[in-house]
Amino acid sequence: MSQSGLTADHGVSWPSNGISEVPFRVYTDQAQYDREQERLFQGPTWNYLCLAVELTKPGDFVSTTIGEAAVIVVRDQAGAINAFVNRCVHRGNLLCLERQGNVKEFGCIYHGWIYNLTGQLTGVAFEHGVQRQGGMPSEFRKEDHTLRRLRVAELGGLVFGTFSDSTPDLESWLGEDVTRGLKRVMNRTPTLLGRNTQILPNNWKLYFENVKDTYHASILHLFLTTFRINRLSMPGGIFINRDGGNHYSFAKLDYAAEDADYKDAGLRSDSEFRLQDGSVVESVDEYGDGVSVQILTIMPGMVLQQVRNTIAVRVIRPRGVDRTELEWIHLGFDTDDEAMTERRLRQGNLIGPAGYIAMEDGCIGGFVQRALQYNDDGAGIVMMGGHEAESQSFRASEAAIRGFWKHYRALMGD
Amino acid sequence: MDDLAIRLGVQELIGAYAETIDEDRLEEWPDLFADPCRYLVISRSNHEAGMRQGVMYAASQGMMLDRVFSIRRANLFEPHRYRHVIGPIRFKGMDGAVACVHSHFIVVRVMGDGATSLFATGRYLDRIDTSGGAYRFQERLVVLDSDRIDTLLAIPL
Repeated sequence: MSQSGLTADHGVSWPSNGISEVPFRVYTDQAQYDREQERLFQGPTWNYLCLAVELTKPGDFVSTTIGEAAVIVVRDQAGAINAFVNRCVHRGNLLCLERQGNVKEFGCIYHGWIYNLTGQLTGVAFEHGVQRQGGMPSEFRKEDHTLRRLRVAELGGLVFGTFSDSTPDLESWLGEDVTRGLKRVMNRTPTLLGRNTQILPNNWKLYFENVKDTYHASILHLFLTTFRINRLSMPGGIFINRDGGNHYSFAKLDYAAEDADYKDAGLRSDSEFRLQDGSVVESVDEYGDGVSVQILTIMPGMVLQQVRNTIAVRVIRPRGVDRTELEWIHLGFDTDDEAMTERRLRQGNLIGPAGYIAMEDGCIGGFVQRALQYNDDGAGIVMMGGHEAESQSFRASEAAIRGFWKHYRALMGD
Repeated sequence: MDDLAIRLGVQELIGAYAETIDEDRLEEWPDLFADPCRYLVISRSNHEAGMRQGVMYAASQGMMLDRVFSIRRANLFEPHRYRHVIGPIRFKGMDGAVACVHSHFIVVRVMGDGATSLFATGRYLDRIDTSGGAYRFQERLVVLDSDRIDTLLAIPL
């Protein structure tokens, strides 16, 4: 039986109860995609909404989506952050068309229905008719109508929302390790450096898996090895929460040794393979713990990255079975001086749609999607580092991908 | 130097820029810039909000050479080429020996298999140093109309 009665319960069939073989049809099946919207994005999960600093004053709002569903986030007169669906109760029109702004209330342009900043219906145009003709029936009460509310939580200056009443509180959801990882990066008040959106020609899960895939990094992304950066051994590891869908991986770097190593570059015969301008990787240990890369994911669609001194939130928004919007939200902190901002901007070349160590991730999912076109029988192999989804002290592993599928199957009921 | 000669020199540089990229002579691309310089591909929404984060950024010829070398030797992506179509050049005035000019563009992307699509539209906001023998970009802001990039941005716009 379907949990909601809205979509078929029989999804893609899995080859086993395991999580180390993934049926290719999960990336191509429309019914599966529809179920994901209902059970993952609108299910008991926490989804990134916006930065708290985007909502400083009462009436400041951001309109966004969770999965495909349009939502509004707004700070009300009492200072609380509210989130609700961006859909007028009357005829279902989009209430808010702008991406960001400040309002006293939300008014639907279609028939002039008005909502306050908590989502309560407060006005209906011609409610009592015109010259006593027409109007709403006497039993209609505005107080009975409110925009569908989401629960909201905030952590480290990031605002999250969930459609479900049964989602555990945010920190329980993240788990102790991932909460710690998030707080580590977001340890100051963030400032917005800018955004970019990348359109990926593939199913959203192929990108989310890619972010959790610590195995591919040095194989697909050749920039660092080509320019002989990071040859020093980098201790690191992977933390995966109990449910499996939230994780962070990290690697340390001997910043001083790299600096000295690079300063010798001019003396070497291999300088052809050296950066002409090293400022793209010149980093400072801003967290004081030697960690140069920390990639953190939150089920079902958020990434928080620290790659050297680039800090970014990435939001994964499905737009059809084979299309995904990936938004990059580039951050600094209110303690940054001009030198730090310039450092982040120069290192920004490493990440994003043109990123030296990221651009391949923009096309690799599309290559997989193309290969699966009417060729999606069988299952992929996700066994590097074993069959389980446990935290590990090494990174040549697909454990975090297995974690994703563990949580995915539990939420989907597959 | 008279106004007309400067306009011709500016037009030549802007034409050479498109030709250098579209004809895949990327190694010559940094030569069109002064050193240091500022080359930034940025969305209009970021630019108009006063934010500085772009998609691609170089502050020196060295950073541009590294970009070209990385495209040629390190980064993996489907082969493709661009065709720039540059609109009329608007001359905004001189700042000493620096000419301030704006132009608009569309860039069509042609994949190896021939698939052709409109990839980017926007404006070039240029500051061009006219003091040397050859004109050079001191600053080229590539302001994209959309903040969406299809798949990836490898080759500079």
